[in-house]
Amino acid sequence: MTFVRDLVFMWEILPELLKGLVVTFQLTTLALVTGVILAVPVALVRKYTRGPLNWLATAYVEIFRGTPLLVQLFVVYYGLPELGIVFDRFTAAWAALFLNSAAYQSEYIRGAIGAVSEGQLIAARALGMKPLAAFRWVVMPQALRLALPAWSNEVAYMVKYVSVVYLIGAMELFTRGQIIISRTLKVVPVLLEVAAIYIIVVVAITRVMDYVEHRFSIPGLETSGMRREF
Amino acid sequence: MDYFIRCLKFILPAAEVTILVTVASLALGVLFGLLLAVARIYGRPGVRLAAALYSRVVRSLPSLVMIFIVFFTMVSVVPGASPLVMAVVALGACTTAYQSEIFRGAIQSLGSGQMLAARSLGMSRAAAIRFVIIPQALRLAIPAWSNEAAIVLKDSSLASAVGTVELLRRSQHIAAANHHYLPAYLACALIYFCLTFLTNRVLDAAEKRFRLRT
Repeated sequence: MTFVRDLVFMWEILPELLKGLVVTFQLTTLALVTGVILAVPVALVRKYTRGPLNWLATAYVEIFRGTPLLVQLFVVYYGLPELGIVFDRFTAAWAALFLNSAAYQSEYIRGAIGAVSEGQLIAARALGMKPLAAFRWVVMPQALRLALPAWSNEVAYMVKYVSVVYLIGAMELFTRGQIIISRTLKVVPVLLEVAAIYIIVVVAITRVMDYVEHRFSIPGLETSGMRREF
Repeated sequence: MDYFIRCLKFILPAAEVTILVTVASLALGVLFGLLLAVARIYGRPGVRLAAALYSRVVRSLPSLVMIFIVFFTMVSVVPGASPLVMAVVALGACTTAYQSEIFRGAIQSLGSGQMLAARSLGMSRAAAIRFVIIPQALRLAIPAWSNEAAIVLKDSSLASAVGTVELLRRSQHIAAANHHYLPAYLACALIYFCLTFLTNRVLDAAEKRFRLRT
């Protein structure tokens, strides 16, 4: 009987957890999209410039890749208010995730730009394209495709790491689960359900990204070599 | 600035715990990750499926969720287990799954010729795996593995959520005691940065040292 009661309970809390899942998706999407917007210029600066700007970009990437996301989150949420910069929970979560993700994404993009052969740029220039145009129309379309396998890992990675914002109390999936646990003291059913939701979502994302990779792959160009084991 | 130095001094001893958790989890991960990888490539169909399922399920779960699953399980099954042990079990279980993928990729990239050649020289399958396949696979796995080591090092900060007194927990202590947060967390970040930097350097050197000469 307890088993049936647990099932009913799990069904009853599903809407609340799904509300959390929506927040998880919002944070993931926001962080990834704003992350790309910052990552592309950072990658370009690191690849094509020298001097202070390059050092700055390198320092940014190394610092954010070299420290835990959770510490970054605490600096943003608990630390920055001492400088007068106050965020609400959701914004703080977004800011930390976005800065963290942009650092990783810039590395994927930089790697991908490096993987497009020099000859492509030379050929484009020989055809009379300006450097910027050659970059925009020849190098970038290929580089973004080459970055896709690593980038699709980043998507699954983000969905999972958004759970970290539970520790500042932003209302994503895992936070919702923890709140239900402290309210009802039913640990096992809630954790099982949260875990099941994560598994379904991550497996689905992996499938979709596999399809996207396949769809955008350049015939004759091998991209699988760039895949990070994940 | 004074306070920052004080934070550094207060937090630094906890680096020991962070390093302990990281190294222990990684060691568990190498052991079971290798076993899983071998099981997945050379095992019977049932064993293969089980290994693949473990890897898929655990890689779908956030480390933080894994830590809480282990926490709640161990609290009821092994009362009195320390948060440190819980952190090692949870992070070890996570990294086992990721490392099994790393080792599987490495073994598969060797090609089947190695196994065939070893078998034709009269080695048993087990001996071939032990003396031919694994020594090569481990070397090929180093770059991906060092990535994973850095991830585990950083993920060990999540163990603070269940009360493991590692770097981040220690920073929370001093920050809360003084109601002064920014320097404490920046000090914590600085220590982590040094640790990941060091890890990367050491593993880069290891990769050069053990590179396969072909």
